[in-house]
Amino acid sequence: MINIPYLTALTTLFSYGLLFAFGQLRDLFRKFLEWFSSNKLQGYAPICLGLEDFYTRRLYLRIQDCFGRPIASAPDAWIDVVERYSNDYNKTLKRTTNTTRCLNLGSYNYLGFAAADEYCTPRVIESLNKFSPSTCSARVDGGTTVLHEELEDLVARFVGKPAAVVFGMGYVTNSAILPALIGKGALIVSDSLNHNSIVNGARGSGATVRVFQHNTPSHLEEVLREQIATGQPRTRRPWKKIIVVVEGIYSMEGELCKLPEIIAVCKKYKAYTYLDEAHSIGAVGKTGRGVCELLGVDPADVDIMMGTFTKSFGSCGGYIAGSKELVKYLKYACPAHLYATSMSPPAVQQVISAIKVILGEDGSNRGAQKLARIRENSNFFRSELQKMGFEVLGDNDSPVMPIMLYNPAKIPAFSRECLNQKVAVVTVAFPATPLLLARARICISASHTKEDLIKGLEVISKVGELVGIKYFPVEPEKQQLEGREKLE
Amino acid sequence: MRRHETWFPLGPWRVPYNFSHDRKKTGENSPRLRDLSNSVTSTPSSATGEFRLAIFRTTRSLQTVLDLMASAVMNMTSSALDWLVVAFDAPFARAVVFGVHVDGHFVVEVLLVAVILFQLFQKSYKPPKRPLTEKEIDELCEEWVPEPLIPPLTKGMDYEPPVLESAAGPHTMLNGKEVVNFASANYLGLVGHEKLIESCTSALEKYGVGSCGPRGFYGTIDSHLDCEARIAKFLGTPDSILYSYGISTIFSAIPAFCKKGDLIIADEGVHWGVQNGLHLSRSTVLYFKHNDMESLQNTLEKVTRQNQRAKKVRRYIVVEAVYQNSGQIAPLDVIIKLKEKYRFRVVLDESNSFGVLGNSGRGLCEYYGVPVEKIDIITAAMGHALATDGGFCTGSIRVVDHQRLSSSGYVFSASLPPYLASAAITAIDMLEENPNLLSKLKENLAILWKGFSDVPGLSIASNPHSPIVFVHLKKSTGSFESDLKLLEEITSRVLKEDSVLLVTSKKSFLDKCRLPAGIRMFVSAAHSESDLLKASEALKRVAASVMSDFI
Ligand SMILES: Cc1ncc(COP(=O)(O)O)c(C=O)c1O
Ligand SMILES: Cc1ncc(COP(=O)(O)O)c(C=O)c1O
Repeated sequence: MINIPYLTALTTLFSYGLLFAFGQLRDLFRKFLEWFSSNKLQGYAPICLGLEDFYTRRLYLRIQDCFGRPIASAPDAWIDVVERYSNDYNKTLKRTTNTTRCLNLGSYNYLGFAAADEYCTPRVIESLNKFSPSTCSARVDGGTTVLHEELEDLVARFVGKPAAVVFGMGYVTNSAILPALIGKGALIVSDSLNHNSIVNGARGSGATVRVFQHNTPSHLEEVLREQIATGQPRTRRPWKKIIVVVEGIYSMEGELCKLPEIIAVCKKYKAYTYLDEAHSIGAVGKTGRGVCELLGVDPADVDIMMGTFTKSFGSCGGYIAGSKELVKYLKYACPAHLYATSMSPPAVQQVISAIKVILGEDGSNRGAQKLARIRENSNFFRSELQKMGFEVLGDNDSPVMPIMLYNPAKIPAFSRECLNQKVAVVTVAFPATPLLLARARICISASHTKEDLIKGLEVISKVGELVGIKYFPVEPEKQQLEGREKLE
Repeated sequence: MRRHETWFPLGPWRVPYNFSHDRKKTGENSPRLRDLSNSVTSTPSSATGEFRLAIFRTTRSLQTVLDLMASAVMNMTSSALDWLVVAFDAPFARAVVFGVHVDGHFVVEVLLVAVILFQLFQKSYKPPKRPLTEKEIDELCEEWVPEPLIPPLTKGMDYEPPVLESAAGPHTMLNGKEVVNFASANYLGLVGHEKLIESCTSALEKYGVGSCGPRGFYGTIDSHLDCEARIAKFLGTPDSILYSYGISTIFSAIPAFCKKGDLIIADEGVHWGVQNGLHLSRSTVLYFKHNDMESLQNTLEKVTRQNQRAKKVRRYIVVEAVYQNSGQIAPLDVIIKLKEKYRFRVVLDESNSFGVLGNSGRGLCEYYGVPVEKIDIITAAMGHALATDGGFCTGSIRVVDHQRLSSSGYVFSASLPPYLASAAITAIDMLEENPNLLSKLKENLAILWKGFSDVPGLSIASNPHSPIVFVHLKKSTGSFESDLKLLEEITSRVLKEDSVLLVTSKKSFLDKCRLPAGIRMFVSAAHSESDLLKASEALKRVAASVMSDFI
């Protein structure tokens, strides 16, 4: 649980209140202006409803230069950020041809496979020449190549499940698999901070959805007991089945899932488990096999293992691994397998090669080195940030580390100032986080060298000082200034 | 004297009772209702005779017990009510307001009515329940038996797709044998084109494979922006937005603009991606008959006339340009007329028409000569004519910008691998430079149609200009499944005997489309005349032999 200092909560609320008030005022004037100009809608309801995009128009646009910064290079340890300028107070941004070389602390390039790789890239290009970028067909029709089959076998072996099926996009994997597995009369119990793709999949399935407190096995147990005891709403029939959906590493929190406890609860109450390893597969565990390996959970205890190839493997797509029967059923029932264009063959080859490197099947120990490096880098960076007095979320070994910012004004200040000093960081605000809990998010990569990390730390420390986000300062007097009182 | 019926259900009976002013006025200290037990159990009129009396006597003892219970409750209630009446009588002293006597009774009645109204407006009436004990919950949890995660596998689920050993061009390798490929929507024949591969190679060398981040967080590569600009320029729209997967484009774009309460009229033949988008939007969705403009007009007329509120909500017509499930082409000219008449916006999925229809491949608008501004939201998958992957949505600046923050498939997913964006740019360049790709595709379609003039038992359901030639049974065998099985027998024999890869329209149980099953033939500009003739000959011969039992 994040504790906001009382004063910070107050100033944050005040800032948002101010922004909201001025936004409303501007909307009011806009309405007057629109009155005088002719009504362009001609009987249509406005396509974006007033309050729906109030946030975009009045808050986001002011700081939109901090998001969606284009880059002109691979998303490796160092990137070329394209400079942009605005002639209309940030309403639109124009690209220039100038670029700045920045340290990249934002991409999900955990193992450093984003850039050209001595083992992967030649194989990818070979596959491109052989198979072209696309099959233009769904998996069941003419979209299955030998590469797809090879990847499915390899993924199954890598994650420790009997079989696997791959899809062309991680988001679609979640949002199309859940409806195929579960429907009316069944229950999905979902972590409160689960990714939007899971939320969409659950919504699309027609099953009832209940939420348990983020990463709290005891609350999960409470929800399961209550739900099994009361059954379906209205009819009170027993639930057909229950699937508990959790993530391996929560990407906005940097936290590891409390998997052993959650598995124990699910086993006790006969619920099926669905584990989304988007950020953890490849990134954690001694041999990169994700949270199961890190936390000592037997993959056989997880019914459905999902993951994506967009992060550690530097490719695109997602997979589902499970029993042979499950995979066979999904291949029969899942719309993404039946209708969607199959995963691009060169991207398939990239994943195959990356997994081979991780497994050491490329004949080198680069994979093991990468895994050791990401763990060292992450733990070093995290402990240094904590020493500096930042409020850093997440667990050790996780390569994702959010730094709390809170105040809306600190979002652009931190992001722009870091960029000025040639460090590219990601800042996250509402709607990706709760309104009060804006944060910066650092993603560490195995391709960062020690010097890179030290440079990053220096800049972040300097900017953090400037922006005033060292909420846990080392000196005790300062802490009193901030006010010790904590808000839930 | 006024008589009141009680609202209190007392045990098994609803018992009438009387409020009596008179009795109270006569000064009874504790005004009681008439003794209910007597009124119920008193013997019936003697005219009914001994027999009935006997029955009453035998049941009497039971009734007395119940009556006593009922009357006890009654008494308590009535004494409480009477107390209230007396309490309120004093202060009001029988005032008259607007000709109504305001006395204790009146006040009590008003209070009771208020309570009833209050109760009625409560969401639901839940009887107070005793919570289950921990032990009971334990038992329930112990007893609960979930269904298996997946239903038992049946034989029909055992489908092994063909596994390609080379690129999915017009000819491809299956099990070491070269086959003619009609399974890939490679309409322009760009699969395996060296220019496309060249641009991908240089992009791969520069950018790597994946973008390792969503568009908001350093996942925007300059080639994405170039690709968006290129698509917009090609179509003549102000801007466009790239999605990282074809099918996610439409199912993210629809919920970005349609929310609960909005109104959508959609064709009943739309593919699963659109259906999913409609479902996720939670809007009110009405379907009209597949590609039937009369049905569309009736639906529009009905909802606008019946529902005045419909004028205030956002209204959309959702159609596909070329229907993947039938190969029909949506009559855009009529749709535009209707849309303007009823003031609906149009969402058009151009997945199978972008790069195919119109003189220069700009899609359905060009085909019908409709200015592209008339369509509010256009989406398309790039995994067909452009022979790459991903999708795009295009429209006004407002429409595009809104999605950049509100479309979940765009915001919450890693961006398109940059090499696929480069491929899309190159593919559009090639299409613009070589209009003969389109004329070749048209020729090929004509050849295939000619060869199909008399296939026994089968007929073409698609539009002659659709790049998907959709062949279905002249006479259904009864169900989608049995039709599909029959068609699959045909395609597998065609593959085995003639080395032509054809595919049937398989369907997920989640797909709500009710159109008949068929064989989909994706015609490509790269097919040679002999490929097309071979396919139609093979289909004719095999169909004749397989269908002989059915005709
Ligand atoms: C509907 C609407 N509201 C508000 C704005 C921006 O208003 P202002 O210039 O007052 O910031 C725009 C700008 O395009 C707009 O389209
Ligand atoms: C937990 C989780 N699941 C799924 C996804 C979606 O994956 P993709 O980016 O491949 O669509 C993400 C991506 O951000 C994620 O964090």
